[in-house]
Amino acid sequence: MRNPLADKVVEVKPSGIRKFFDIVSEMEDAISLGVGEPDFDTPWHIRDEGIYSLEKGRTFYTSNAGLKELRGEIANYIKRTQNITYDPDHEILVTVGGSEAIDLVFRAMVNPGDEVLIPQPSFVSYEPCAILADAVPVIIKLKEEDEFRLTAQELREAITDKTKILVLPFPNNPTGAIMERKDLEEIAEVIREKDIFVLTDEIYAELTYKDKHVSIASLPGMQERTILINGFSKAYAMTGWRLGYACAPRVIMEQMVKIHQFAIMCAPTTSQYAAVEAIKNGDDDVASMRESYNQRRRFLMNAFREMGLKCFEPYGAFYVFPCIREFGMSSEEFAERLLNEEKVAVVPGTAFGDCGEGFLRISYAYSLENLKIALDKINCFITRLRNEKRV
Amino acid sequence: MREQILSIIEKNSRIDLRELAVILGAEEIDIVNELKVLEEEGVICGYHTMIDWEKTSIEKVTALIEVRITPQRGQGYDKIAERIYKYPEVNSVYLISGGYDLMVTLEGKSLKAVSSFVSDKLSTLDGVLSTATHFILKKYKDHGTILTKKYEDTREKITP
Repeated sequence: MRNPLADKVVEVKPSGIRKFFDIVSEMEDAISLGVGEPDFDTPWHIRDEGIYSLEKGRTFYTSNAGLKELRGEIANYIKRTQNITYDPDHEILVTVGGSEAIDLVFRAMVNPGDEVLIPQPSFVSYEPCAILADAVPVIIKLKEEDEFRLTAQELREAITDKTKILVLPFPNNPTGAIMERKDLEEIAEVIREKDIFVLTDEIYAELTYKDKHVSIASLPGMQERTILINGFSKAYAMTGWRLGYACAPRVIMEQMVKIHQFAIMCAPTTSQYAAVEAIKNGDDDVASMRESYNQRRRFLMNAFREMGLKCFEPYGAFYVFPCIREFGMSSEEFAERLLNEEKVAVVPGTAFGDCGEGFLRISYAYSLENLKIALDKINCFITRLRNEKRV
Repeated sequence: MREQILSIIEKNSRIDLRELAVILGAEEIDIVNELKVLEEEGVICGYHTMIDWEKTSIEKVTALIEVRITPQRGQGYDKIAERIYKYPEVNSVYLISGGYDLMVTLEGKSLKAVSSFVSDKLSTLDGVLSTATHFILKKYKDHGTILTKKYEDTREKITP
């Protein structure tokens, strides 16, 4: 038989998380801190709107770009949070999660051989999506001493004649790092000078614990070269609804809509109606979830301090990224032993890029009670490791 | 910080004060002092335990009683409300707007105990025009807590 597969796809490495997932799901009573989604249910008033739309029989396709009302509300939201003006008719697209938007950006913008800069550790999709779009991914290794921020110097050093897009994944999964206005201003200067584009993935924008999130698109001269991606999953605890969006200059958006139209048709209609309610009336829910996450974040940081486990203080998303180099084993080894010996599941930092070696991603999308139990176990584990080392 | 302390201890009054300080990013001594002030000001009126008596072998009957009363000159509803709330079997007394005046919740050992309280004590009070008693058959949610279902984490165990 002929080879049924495309070489390009076969060569893409499977997700590093998958392997770990298989081990964990075999283990019945494992406590997991490995989840990348909120523990809260979608607020009831939002779910209720989804149900109501079904009762009314709103079960048809929407326009390709998404419900006009939803695009209008997205435009209002970005105006009121970032003071950026997007035309809801030509510059906003409702997608199947933020993930679809990432894929669309590369497919719409990249020519074979163009380089895409991907700072890591970061979300697992950028690199494979870039490869599938015939781009050459160029990894920028972020450093703990910079609190995993991207510096202007690192950016400048990575740019070549072929560089087309910089991926800017902040607030960051898995590190919890954020980029503040001054950091972004330095980056923006390089981007304008070198004439490249930015894909800014702001899916965790609502979850910051310092100042409010600033979008790079709001800086002077940046909107015209930025594709802003956001969605409903993290802010409103709506992961399963699969709903995100992209905002981009019209010339780019037209091509993204074209791909979306042929590949997807439109995002799920029920989810879009629920999302209208979320974005209009969900601010209080977001604020109270943010407060809960922040309390857990402080709890974890304090627990690490008491254990003497090195961890830079993250101010975004719902992850902490402690360093485990002192134990002299790889992230994967550490995570596997922790799972086998204490039945606590965390994700090795290497699942988010090679430079995640020496770190673990611990999610705090769990109740305090749950975190307490897990942290006690982690404490037992590292105490044992330290004793082993001494002997 | 006051609002944050209150919203946390309203849900969990048994929280360890050191832990409360950690999650609010405050000093424990400041939390202790603030709680003292809140108690003195009467903002915090007590620390109670929510019990689902249904799950015990102890029989309890709860009733909501609508009471219509004639307000008294110079004292409005307060005097008669006081005569009602002094009974220990009365759990709460609210003055409310609408079709009647007081909402009284009552806890008794049996249906009979509750109905005899209503007929002997409550409806015979001077100024009470009428009562309507509603017995609670099932509590689905109380004090913001859903009693019928336990939270279950149905998420996949590891996701990116």
